[in-house]
Amino acid sequence: MSRPEFQAPPEIYYGDTEAKKYTHNTRNQAIQAEMTDRALELLNLPEGQPALLLDIGCGSGLSGEILDEEGYTWVGLDIAPSMLEVALEREVEGDLFLHDIGQGLGFRPGSFDGAISISVLQWLCNADTTSPTSSPPARLTRFFTSLHAALTRSARAVFQFYPQSDDQVTLITSIAMRCGFEGGLVVDYPNSQKAKKFFLCLFAGGGESSGGARRKVEIPKGLDGDGGEQEREPAAFEKRRTNGRGEKGKKRKGAKENHKDWILRKKELYRKRGKEDVPRDSKFTGRKRKSVF
Amino acid sequence: MVRLITHNLLACHAKGCTTNNFPLAFRDVQLENREAEYNPEFLKGFMPKIEWNALVSTARELGDVSLPAECPEPGTETDEFLHALHHVLMEIHVEEGSMVCPNCQHVYRISNGIPNMLLAEHEIK
Repeated sequence: MSRPEFQAPPEIYYGDTEAKKYTHNTRNQAIQAEMTDRALELLNLPEGQPALLLDIGCGSGLSGEILDEEGYTWVGLDIAPSMLEVALEREVEGDLFLHDIGQGLGFRPGSFDGAISISVLQWLCNADTTSPTSSPPARLTRFFTSLHAALTRSARAVFQFYPQSDDQVTLITSIAMRCGFEGGLVVDYPNSQKAKKFFLCLFAGGGESSGGARRKVEIPKGLDGDGGEQEREPAAFEKRRTNGRGEKGKKRKGAKENHKDWILRKKELYRKRGKEDVPRDSKFTGRKRKSVF
Repeated sequence: MVRLITHNLLACHAKGCTTNNFPLAFRDVQLENREAEYNPEFLKGFMPKIEWNALVSTARELGDVSLPAECPEPGTETDEFLHALHHVLMEIHVEEGSMVCPNCQHVYRISNGIPNMLLAEHEIK
């Protein structure tokens, strides 16, 4: 399937239907949540201190919800009005802005303690028109310059993104460095084709300098998946398509799911998808009626 | 959903608008009060970032006069003051209206609580 950024600009691609689909997809929810958690971990905020964060490309607030849970105050930016509408419906806590990040951010210097962005940067790398102001390098430069200004000195910014090629990674990182950031790319699960995740970790102020000597910032290590202490469970990959005939049949028989479990599972799924009027669970759920009835 | 906490951070970012572009002035606003969790730690941490004069003048424009004209010295904030600050920063939401840049008069419309910060092609830096 071709990548969404090739199909249309984000504000058009994420129209009303796509925004709803994207948000109610439980697999998307799981992946977004997992990546937000990881981004927060990379952000390495001082523990126990409330912070003001910037969510760049907040969309329908899937990542914002995690920030709410963690007790952070946040401000979200997105270019797709339909996504923001869904976010309003979901009643997230942060302030939302309709904003094209490629036009630069309009915040006072030193406003935010950190920034996260999930699956956004690749959208900045496509030009919609041929005017020089909307070329990808110009848009990236405006964005990184204004972001650098808007962050406090010790703040970090973590971007999860899906680069199309190595050239694109180089382009993005080199522009970020030119705009005053330090840091680099963190790759999680580099050996897995599917679980591989790219995080661009940027430091606005170069870390705490101790005794006048400027310490070089250390880029966090990516997860590689074979460390014994890693307990995190990545979002499961669906095997619907790859499942062969023989194996499938065996698996189905092996996992015994009775009538009631099946009903409960389906009801849970509908609730997750936001369907209304799902009957509540009770001790009568999935029971047969008496024969006299 | 524009709260004064974000309004206090927001400056006009149109091309050539670099001085006197803060604070954006509210016009024809509809307000809504929504309760938020009181978090004194966060407020204390956020205090140094506030442009106090801008906050007080905007709050008075919106009809809230609970804040003192002078920002108290760090460490001397009373509980009552923090509650007032919390109300002004976190609980007043601007739902409809517009924000106008004092310098270039660019109008940022707010509809449904979401301000439209998009610029036209010729306004991009």
